[in-house]
Amino acid sequence: MFSIAIIIFREILEISLIVGVLLAATRGLAGRSKWVWGGLGAGVLGAAMIAYFAEAISQAAEGMGQEIFNACILFLAAILIGWTVVWMRRFGRNLTQHFKDVGSAVIKGERPMYTLGIVIALALLREGSEIVLFTYSALVSGEPVIKILLGASLGAIAGTGVGVALYYGMIAISTRTLFSVTTWLLIFLAAGMVSQAVGFLQNGGFVPVMATQVWDTSYILPESSLVGNMLHVLVGYSSRPTGIQLISYILTLVSISAFLKFYGNPALASARK
Amino acid sequence: MKFKIFFLVLLLSLIFNPRAGAAVEEFIITIKDHQFSPQELAIPAGQKVKLIIENQDATAEEFESYDLNREKVVAGNSQIIIFVGPLKPGTYEYFGEFHQATAQGVIVAVQPEDNH
Repeated sequence: MFSIAIIIFREILEISLIVGVLLAATRGLAGRSKWVWGGLGAGVLGAAMIAYFAEAISQAAEGMGQEIFNACILFLAAILIGWTVVWMRRFGRNLTQHFKDVGSAVIKGERPMYTLGIVIALALLREGSEIVLFTYSALVSGEPVIKILLGASLGAIAGTGVGVALYYGMIAISTRTLFSVTTWLLIFLAAGMVSQAVGFLQNGGFVPVMATQVWDTSYILPESSLVGNMLHVLVGYSSRPTGIQLISYILTLVSISAFLKFYGNPALASARK
Repeated sequence: MKFKIFFLVLLLSLIFNPRAGAAVEEFIITIKDHQFSPQELAIPAGQKVKLIIENQDATAEEFESYDLNREKVVAGNSQIIIFVGPLKPGTYEYFGEFHQATAQGVIVAVQPEDNH
């Protein structure tokens, strides 16, 4: 039962950390909950579908289908997160700042948050499909249903709990600081996703490795540990990154920051003058 | 801009696919009753090798290795390909995430004999 709980915990943790950061970042935006729930729903459905087509995906592209698929999902999520960061800076900050004066009516339902919904769905898709495959295979191997249910709920509750704790930990920070904290967290999240995506492409042999191992911190902070795993999900920590992963990580950080600087907030920039 | 660069890199690397042409040695690891066999596989260090993971169980497994930075699902009664290396000589652990209690294995990268 505990082995089931641990696996479910690990997968749910990844989802809940990403969703936790996204929710904290978009806090105060009216009408977002339907996008959050829509994303969660779509993600669950998608996860089941991906699990069903797991073998077909795997056999695609000369056996490298999984790598390409994972890389595409991560790239897409990273692009959308990058876009959300810029979008939030452009509109979100103004919205929260003028929230009290103008009232929520102005923004209610006006700006559809597709990106938020899609990113949540994508996060669920990748890890969720593993949960489906795993529980299905446990069921088929004759594991008692009650054990699976108990283990899965235990793991899911614990995994969600960490994400919820992260969310409340972040919103305990004052609104002004929260905005820059979540902005940076999202940028690091996106950079981590890009370097993971590049990792998949490199594993599939589509991009050169450039340097097999830039550093090795697996003895200090292994990715298998809880902290290492959380940092891996949140900021893309890798105990043995390759050259191209490091380069793509830095490139993403630099380019999203540049986008933020130049397209981020004309309103705020002019207000400061 | 960033995306353009990545797509360009992707495109270029598809054209100059480093995998194409070069003959790589193949090794087979089978999964049966949620166990890997051979549990210890020796491969040559310093060169790229192709691992074929053949799952003879009816249920899915996930080949995962922190040492090798790999994670890949193998559906029931099917197989996957994993390219590893060039590796430094040493021991690299891996496991089956869905049945971690029994599915454990290591890959040992051995320096090929020099001719001096």
